[in-house]
Amino acid sequence: MSLSGGGDPGRGTASSSGAATSVGDGEANATIGARPDGRRGTLRAIIRGIGELCITAGLIVLLFMAYELWGTGRYTREQQDRLSDQLLRSWNAPPARVTTEKVKLGNGIAMIRIPRLGKDYRYVIVEGVEPRDLRKGPGHYPGSAMPGQIGNFVVSGHRTTYSAPFNGLDRLRDGDRILIDTRTAQYVYKVTGRRVVKPTAVEVTAPVPFRPGAKPTERLITLTTCHPKFSAAKRLIVFGKLAERRPRRLQPSDGG
Amino acid sequence: MYAWIWRHLPGSGPVRALIALGLAAVVVLLLWNVAFPWAESKIQFDRNTVEHGGSAVTSTPTGR
Repeated sequence: MSLSGGGDPGRGTASSSGAATSVGDGEANATIGARPDGRRGTLRAIIRGIGELCITAGLIVLLFMAYELWGTGRYTREQQDRLSDQLLRSWNAPPARVTTEKVKLGNGIAMIRIPRLGKDYRYVIVEGVEPRDLRKGPGHYPGSAMPGQIGNFVVSGHRTTYSAPFNGLDRLRDGDRILIDTRTAQYVYKVTGRRVVKPTAVEVTAPVPFRPGAKPTERLITLTTCHPKFSAAKRLIVFGKLAERRPRRLQPSDGG
Repeated sequence: MYAWIWRHLPGSGPVRALIALGLAAVVVLLLWNVAFPWAESKIQFDRNTVEHGGSAVTSTPTGR
């Protein structure tokens, strides 16, 4: 058929070439019948290879999901152990130039405990909310208030991967305690509300949430994580207010 | 593909099976420790911050 555009003799030779093709097909069929390992065997091998590749790709995707859910947590646990040791050592050391202490991104700044999420629920909050900071644990928005200060102490954390520190935020009820330990004090915040917002709702991180630019008078905490689980479609926000400030007491279990 | 690999493994049945398991383990470990951490940093399907466009809000810029 492709030969038919070839000029004057095209129309004349079209029928003959068509006949030749059909003869050729007959020969091909005869060849396959005679030798099963021939062209059809090659075709079968190719199709089987494609099938095996598809199955392999599926298994790799499944394995990747397993990695996301469980494998990423190992990195966070290692980092949390390291940061926890580092933080407690710096707290127990005599305070040197505390006033000029500037927190570097990725370093631990405080310890968060939420009794509602379990007796052992404890994470080091790192400074920064870039992906590489949040891989280590919950992250403090640089520029938002520090624990106990007037304004809004804003912390973000993973809901599903990387140990999922904020997985259970939806279980918090009004009045639940959020304990923030720092070098000198333990701040007890109490949950005052929850909200699901768009990912662009930066006003929740304002010193007075939802009123950017307003002058803060209260000591607030805001936790942000993704919502629903396994999705980046929305953000779950938990608001809280400082209820109490206690001197930090050293615990015998602080080493681990 | 797998049949071809199987045919090219040395040894008899049980030995081949062991070698095949070892190869599979090597592939899984490489994926888990090298390929997946790299791919994960590119995908980021679990984002938790509220932000303008690409970068998280920082009301006062801090040097990195």
